[in-house]
Amino acid sequence: MKRKKEIFYLVSLISGILIMFFILLPLIKMITQPSISSLKEAIKDKEVIKAISLSLYASGMAALISLIIGTPFAFLLARKDFIGKRFIESVIDLPIVIPHPVVGIAILSVVGKNYWLGEFLYKMGIKVMGSVTGIITVLTFVGMPFYINSVKDGFLSISPRIENISRTLGASMTQTFFRITLPLALKSMLVGIIMCIARAISEFGAVVIVAYHPMVAPVLIYERFEAYGLKYSQPVAVLLIIVCLILFFILRIISLTKKEKAL
Amino acid sequence: MIRIKDLSIQLAGFSLDDINLNILDGEFFALMGPTGAGKTLLLEAIAGLIKPRRGKIEIDGKDVTYLPPEKRKIGIVYQDYALFPHLTVLENIRYGLHFHKIKKDEEKKRLNYLADQLKIRPILERYPENLSGGEKQRVALARALIINPKLLLLDEPLSALDPVFREEMKKELKEVHKSHKITFLMVSHDFSDVLSLAGKGAIMNQGRIEQIGDISEIFQKPISHFVADFVGMKNLFKVSFKETKAIINDAIEVETGKTLKNSYGYLAIRPEDIVISKEKLTSSMRNNFKGVVKNILNHGFYHELHIEVEKIIFKALVTKNSIIELRLEKGTTVYLSFKAASIHIL
Repeated sequence: MKRKKEIFYLVSLISGILIMFFILLPLIKMITQPSISSLKEAIKDKEVIKAISLSLYASGMAALISLIIGTPFAFLLARKDFIGKRFIESVIDLPIVIPHPVVGIAILSVVGKNYWLGEFLYKMGIKVMGSVTGIITVLTFVGMPFYINSVKDGFLSISPRIENISRTLGASMTQTFFRITLPLALKSMLVGIIMCIARAISEFGAVVIVAYHPMVAPVLIYERFEAYGLKYSQPVAVLLIIVCLILFFILRIISLTKKEKAL
Repeated sequence: MIRIKDLSIQLAGFSLDDINLNILDGEFFALMGPTGAGKTLLLEAIAGLIKPRRGKIEIDGKDVTYLPPEKRKIGIVYQDYALFPHLTVLENIRYGLHFHKIKKDEEKKRLNYLADQLKIRPILERYPENLSGGEKQRVALARALIINPKLLLLDEPLSALDPVFREEMKKELKEVHKSHKITFLMVSHDFSDVLSLAGKGAIMNQGRIEQIGDISEIFQKPISHFVADFVGMKNLFKVSFKETKAIINDAIEVETGKTLKNSYGYLAIRPEDIVISKEKLTSSMRNNFKGVVKNILNHGFYHELHIEVEKIIFKALVTKNSIIELRLEKGTTVYLSFKAASIHIL
């Protein structure tokens, strides 16, 4: 029995090492390959800084939009049962499973001038194709499911009894939401934001169809790789990874601090 | 006064039907029943957390059936206390004060009174996760009481506590009820809690109220097979009646001491009302039967004997001392006796 257990742990350990190796090796290789001077050059390159800034800005906006419209919707999904709920939940997950270029084509098909919505937006002076608005639209499309699912799980983990108590103590439904539910779901919201930004910042396939220009970081990396090869795309990629790591590290610290406070 | 009239609630797979209940001001009322009987659902409907399909809920003559929970002034304490985990004890207790126009002096007075009465002053700055079950219970009570509710709903308030704290909390609940003069409606399935706390009560089963009345009356005179079984009348037999006698299985004639009108019915005897002896007793007890011990179940402080008389099993409770003194074991021949007054005809 003991021997069987040991073999099982050994297999688990080997699997773990293989997975770590598989994930870390290409990343470490990529991070360590560019010279310091090439990294310095990349930092000084206005086009690189602009692309990374645009990636961060558009992803941040996607997370903000998800936060504003996704939070009440996630609450509804967590607290109410209604006909078609399962279907709606599947619809929310659709952007996760659809191939990325398809997302871009799908968005273009409704915001193009040939469709009423596209025509309406055009008349309103809102340009989607080849614009920051288009990039934000695509990133919200791909990032929002991650936010909604995370926040919905957060709401589900809060006992409705806590909200009931708040109501009996004199708080309205809205007051209860802002004073009790929201503070308790804050950690899930922060995790949702991290997930949403992470997904949005890495998006390439859909963005490249809707807006090649202005260039976000993944598009710039692709373009440099296509035009100049690996050597010129790697410093940009490393810089993007460093910026993302710092950002996610800060968000993670905030979310952990919030958890400690909540407890 | 709380008046519930023909209240019905329909949920997926469960319903409460035609609930009628009157609870007087200042009363300690117990709602009993097995798991899934609908006790908590009724409590939440009274609090306004669940909308009824039809019926009426009145508090002091005012119809509150469709009033939102925040307008009812009804406090609730759940079994798991449901304290706000992100707030300190003090913030938890003060929470309700934000929504009621109460002068600062009065707020302070109430807070001090509750902190002293419920002995929670030393833990005011702590977070709920650092509290024991008993402390959480006190905080939940203080939080509900600080807004001076007209009615306090208690959902199995003692079930999560260990036996020592349970007795302590029972005393405190009694004191709180006495001092605050608030109507208490408690859900419980523990008879000892109900017997020591409540004056009146109701037994629920499958979304309906089976019996309402004084607690002692419910325990002594159950009106249905279900209630008798639920309140621990372990000897429940279908009988035919002949004059003052109830006949079980055409084999045993039990003297009931009263003339019975119906031909058939149920006879119930509490196991603690049956006296066990090795010799036939010469006492006022009019029912004496010879039987054989078939089984002895150890329930800790007492033992449950299963005694066969004419192929009918009677259940009796005896102490551990009695087991030793009477040298009772499987197969021992004993006499079981009970008074006609201990018999309940349903």
